[in-house]
Formats: sequence, structure tokens, C-alpha cells
Amino acid sequence: MTENMTAERPLIDVRDLKEYFDINVGLFHTKPLKAVDGVSFSIKKGETLGLVGESGCGKTTVGRTILHLYKPTGGEIWYNGKKLESKEDIKAFRKKATMVFQDPYSSLNPRMTVSDIIGEPLDIHGMYSNKKEREERILELMGHVGLNSEHASRYAHEFSGGQRQRIGIARSLAVEPDFIVCDEPVSALDVSIQAQVINMFDELQEQLGLTYLFIAHDLLVVRHISDRIAVMYLGKMVELADAAEIYDHPLHPYSKSLLSAVPVPDPKEARANKRIVLTGDIPSPLNAPSGCPFRTRCAYACDRCAESMPPFEEVSKGHFVACHRTAEVN
Amino acid sequence: MSTLLEVRDLHTSFFTDAGEVKAVNGVSFFLDRGKVLGIVGESGSGKSVTAYSIMQILAGTGKIVSGSIKLDGQELVGAGESVMRTVRGNKVSIIFQDPMTSLNPTYTIGKQLMEAILLHTDRNRKQAWDRAVEMLRLVNVNEPEKRMKQYPFEFSGGMRQRVMIAMALACEPDILIADEPTTALDVTIQAQILELMKSLQEELGMAIIMITHDLGVVAQMCDEVIVMYAGSICEQGTADEIFYNPRHEYTKGLMRSIPTVHTAGTKLKPITGTPIDLLNMPAGCPFASRCDNAMKICLRSRCESMVINADHKSGCWMNVKAGVEDGSITVDISEEGGEAQ
Repeated sequence: MTENMTAERPLIDVRDLKEYFDINVGLFHTKPLKAVDGVSFSIKKGETLGLVGESGCGKTTVGRTILHLYKPTGGEIWYNGKKLESKEDIKAFRKKATMVFQDPYSSLNPRMTVSDIIGEPLDIHGMYSNKKEREERILELMGHVGLNSEHASRYAHEFSGGQRQRIGIARSLAVEPDFIVCDEPVSALDVSIQAQVINMFDELQEQLGLTYLFIAHDLLVVRHISDRIAVMYLGKMVELADAAEIYDHPLHPYSKSLLSAVPVPDPKEARANKRIVLTGDIPSPLNAPSGCPFRTRCAYACDRCAESMPPFEEVSKGHFVACHRTAEVN
Repeated sequence: MSTLLEVRDLHTSFFTDAGEVKAVNGVSFFLDRGKVLGIVGESGSGKSVTAYSIMQILAGTGKIVSGSIKLDGQELVGAGESVMRTVRGNKVSIIFQDPMTSLNPTYTIGKQLMEAILLHTDRNRKQAWDRAVEMLRLVNVNEPEKRMKQYPFEFSGGMRQRVMIAMALACEPDILIADEPTTALDVTIQAQILELMKSLQEELGMAIIMITHDLGVVAQMCDEVIVMYAGSICEQGTADEIFYNPRHEYTKGLMRSIPTVHTAGTKLKPITGTPIDLLNMPAGCPFASRCDNAMKICLRSRCESMVINADHKSGCWMNVKAGVEDGSITVDISEEGGEAQ
């Protein structure tokens, strides 16, 4: 493979990913809950893709399915130009792709010391030849995330939320990954601590050349950290574009209302801001509307929207949107 | 405008096995009729405990140690449970962060809504039912008659928060305390609830105390803002003063550390360190250990709240320093401090 091809090739390529869960309805019947329903995107090396949407839209499921924490119901995941198929592929992939979880309180085992938590992935993948090497590697990882060596023998409960998240990040870095799925990594943290952790993600990306899928519901955080942003609604991707482009020119009616609903920390701007307030709630994914999933809350919905799901099309360079009425709406 | 609520030098502590935790440490503020006051701070800053002290719904080990809370001229500290029962739900109502757990899952929405109305007014059951339906309609719940007979599990998060608001407003309180009312909700639902609260506030003319950690929510909703850190007020003033002219190092740090549309591609400027341990409060300013500009005096003694201008008070020695440097304050060496201009 030539140098040129590696540069062009996305690190992660997700094609028509589907993840259905069987939900019991009644005693003997199950019904598929389409948590993720035909999502495609790719992430370049060193890039941060932000994934936003409301609770239940399937953004976390996308992250978890990529890492094969759930077995995909359909679709393909390509890593570095290779399709993931066999068990061996997946085990090798998991050494290169890790996850940082939302809740730093429940994602760390309370009965393990910090050094064991960070060392566990090293044990699983057999990434050291002797005990000394393991210790050194753990201390190096703790240094990366701003923890001191004296923290190594302590337990998770002795740390504040921000420090716990640092431990979680050190654990995810242990296997020397290329790709990290960050699932709401700062939403459980206080504002003043949030900024510390966001900066750390930035710095680690520069130092280690990491690629992130950054899942969050805080749109200002996502805007800050992402190169491109994807918007999901009820298991479908409705828009994908450069971060600045999607903020300045959102095309899908859902993205528009989502962005206008963000409370801006600026009183004058907040007073001038005309919000598009959506009526109603997200429908249950068990009874998703026919056609476009957003049509029940959309001000522009027409008959065509009930009939068919609009295709996810590139309307300008790098700007994808799934809406029948893109031209009329904008 | 008349002062509705007057809190003076409030001290609330929790007496734990590890020692006394001074959760609220000398908080004073006024709230006028029909105003929206925001209290911002991180977890552990004492913003919720301040509100719970007003309602006197503190957990077992919590106690108001000293201070005064006057509602419409009536002293509430030490007033006793029978007085508080006429205040809670009637004059002051509260809605909590988590609409999932604040409703009783075993009673219908209607029964829970009618409870407060039957308790505080002399309406009979029929009238209370009608009032409850009217309240549900007011908070934009569709088909209120049908919804009255349903249980909380049949409601979504946003709908439950609407029910909580309906319940809180059923007796037309003078003050609504909203403790992180939208933190558990999605952005589009948050926008609906905030819009609803704002319009109800204008319609019914009540005052709102909005407790939140989200500066965006504050900017959108509040007339006045109190910034709290480690149990005391750093700074208070109108929303515009706090956002555009912050005069406390903690507030300045907060404003710098939040990501906005304009920070993309740059590094955020976080506040370093971690929040202090309330069991080991320092003698000086509680923020001094995290403050980049901390001076010797900050470690020694806490700065009293000083008047910046008619709309703005702040307790930060940096203002005194600035005042001394530009000559607006003259300092007598034996007695430091003074009015910053």
C-alpha cells in the first residue's frame, strides 16, 4: 500500500450500521427496537467527529456498536481499510479502539486500586514482559493525564469526579489506541473541571495523534472540540458537516431547532436569540413514525415525509443532510 | 418594587460524624416581587442548601445555625413547623431537578396535583379537580382530563417536569424555587420548559429563584444573579453586570472556562485545582487556593462584600487592589478594606 493511499483512507468507516434490540411486548412476542437504523459515516485519522442528539436517539449505541460491545445487527465497520469480520479482527481492533464512559462514578471498580484499573487492559492484552515494565507503563499513563505516582495505590472513591475521569482516560490510553469513543465524558463534571478535561482531550490528541468519536448532548462542548459534527434523531443520521458549517448554516429543520435551543451564556445574545421551540416529545423508537422520523415535530412536514425516509445526500462539499425539503426550508 | 424575601447572614450547617460542614456561610440577599434571581455555583457551593433553608426542608443533620429569612416581613427562622406548613406549597413552592423521582409512582397525577390544592385552599374535591385540570392546561399538557387519571410512568421527562410546575403553581405562590429544573432534560425539552416558566412568570407575576450550574440558562432567564462558591456569595448583581463586568476572580474564571461558539480551535482557560473541602475551610478567601491572582491578604482574611455600583456587589480583594492603584481607595495601613468605586 502506498503512502498516498494511507493518507486518503479514513481510519474508521461505518457503512449502513444497524443495531436492533429485541424488546418484549406481551408474554411471547418481541418487537425490534431500532436503536440505530442505517447510519454511515467515516472518520479520518487525527480527526474529532462530534455526535449529537437527544437522549434515545442512538448516539451511545453507535459508539458501543462500533467497538462491538453490541454485535451489529447489520452493516459494516471498516478499520484502517480492513473490514472487521472475524473474532480475531475484533480482538485486534479493541487494542486500537477504546472508550471513555460518561459516569466516572460507576465506570471504575471500587475494589481496585488506580494502578490495577489502569493496568487491567495491559494484563488482558499481555502488553508487558515483566512487572517492572507494567509499573513504569502505568506511571507513564498517569503522567499523561496529570495524576501523580502517589495516587497509584489509592482507590477510586478517594478521588473527585474530574480526577476519576482522568483515571478512566488513562485506562483507555493503556493499550495505545488510535481511536477513542468518548461517550459524554464531561457531562457529569462541574463547569470549572469540565474545561480541564476538555483541554486534556485536546492535548492528548496532539501528542498521541488520536482520533475521537465525541458523543455529547452539550452542543457548545461539541462545537469546541469537534472538526465535524453529526446530528442524530431516532436512530437515523439527519445531518453531517464541518463544525463551523453546521453551526452557521444548519440545513435540517431538526438541527436548526436543536442549535437554536442551546442556552447561550450571554444575556444580550440570549434576549436577541429567536428560538425555534419544538412542540411535543421524541416519539418512542418502538413506534417510530413512518418515513422521516422527525416529521411529527417538524414545522415543514408534508405528505412525502410520511411516505419515505429522505436519502442522506451530499448537498454541498462535505455537507450531508437527510431531508425531502432542504431546498424549500432554506 | 417591594422586597418579598429578605435573607440576612444565613448560616446553615450539617453536623456530620466527621465534623460541622458549613454548607451556607453568611449569605445575604433580597428578592423583589416578580423578579427572576439566579443562583449559580458548582456542586457543593451551597446553592441548593440556601433554597432548602428558605423552605426549611433540610436533611436530618442539617440546621440553620443563625441568620434571618423574612418573607413579606414575616420571620421564618425559628418560626416553627406549623407556620412553615402554611408557607410551603402555598407562598413558596419548589421544583426539583429530577422529575423522574419527585413524583410518587403509586398515585395518579390527579391525586398528587389535588393534594396541595385541598391542603392549602378551601376548595372541595370537585373544585380542586377543576383547578388541577386548569393547571395542567396552563402548563400545556394535552388532554388534561385524561392525563389526570394516569400514573407518572406514563409521562415523559419533560411532561413530568410540567406536572411538577403545575403542582408548584397550583396555590399561586409568591416565590417559585426551581432547583436545576432542566438539568435532567434534553435541550429541546429544556427550551420548552424554560419558555413555559418565563411566560408563566410574566403571566402570574411570581418571583423565581433559579438554581443552576448552567450559565446559559442564567443568561436566558435571570434578572439578577448570585454567584456562590464554597458556601458564600462571591458576587451578586444584575445579569448584565455579572456577565459583562465580572468583578470576582472566580466569576471571571468561570466565564473564561466555558466553551462558546468562539472558542473552537483554541484552548479553554480552565480554573486549576479542585473545589475545596468544606470540612477544612481556610481562614481567607475560599477560592484563594485556585486563584491565579491570589495575594497574601487573600490567604489571611476573607474580603467582605463591597459595593461596585448600584447594581453590583462583590467580595474580592482584587477590587481593592485596583481601587488603590487608580487612587479611588485610600488605605489606612492599620485597617485594610474600604469601598471600591
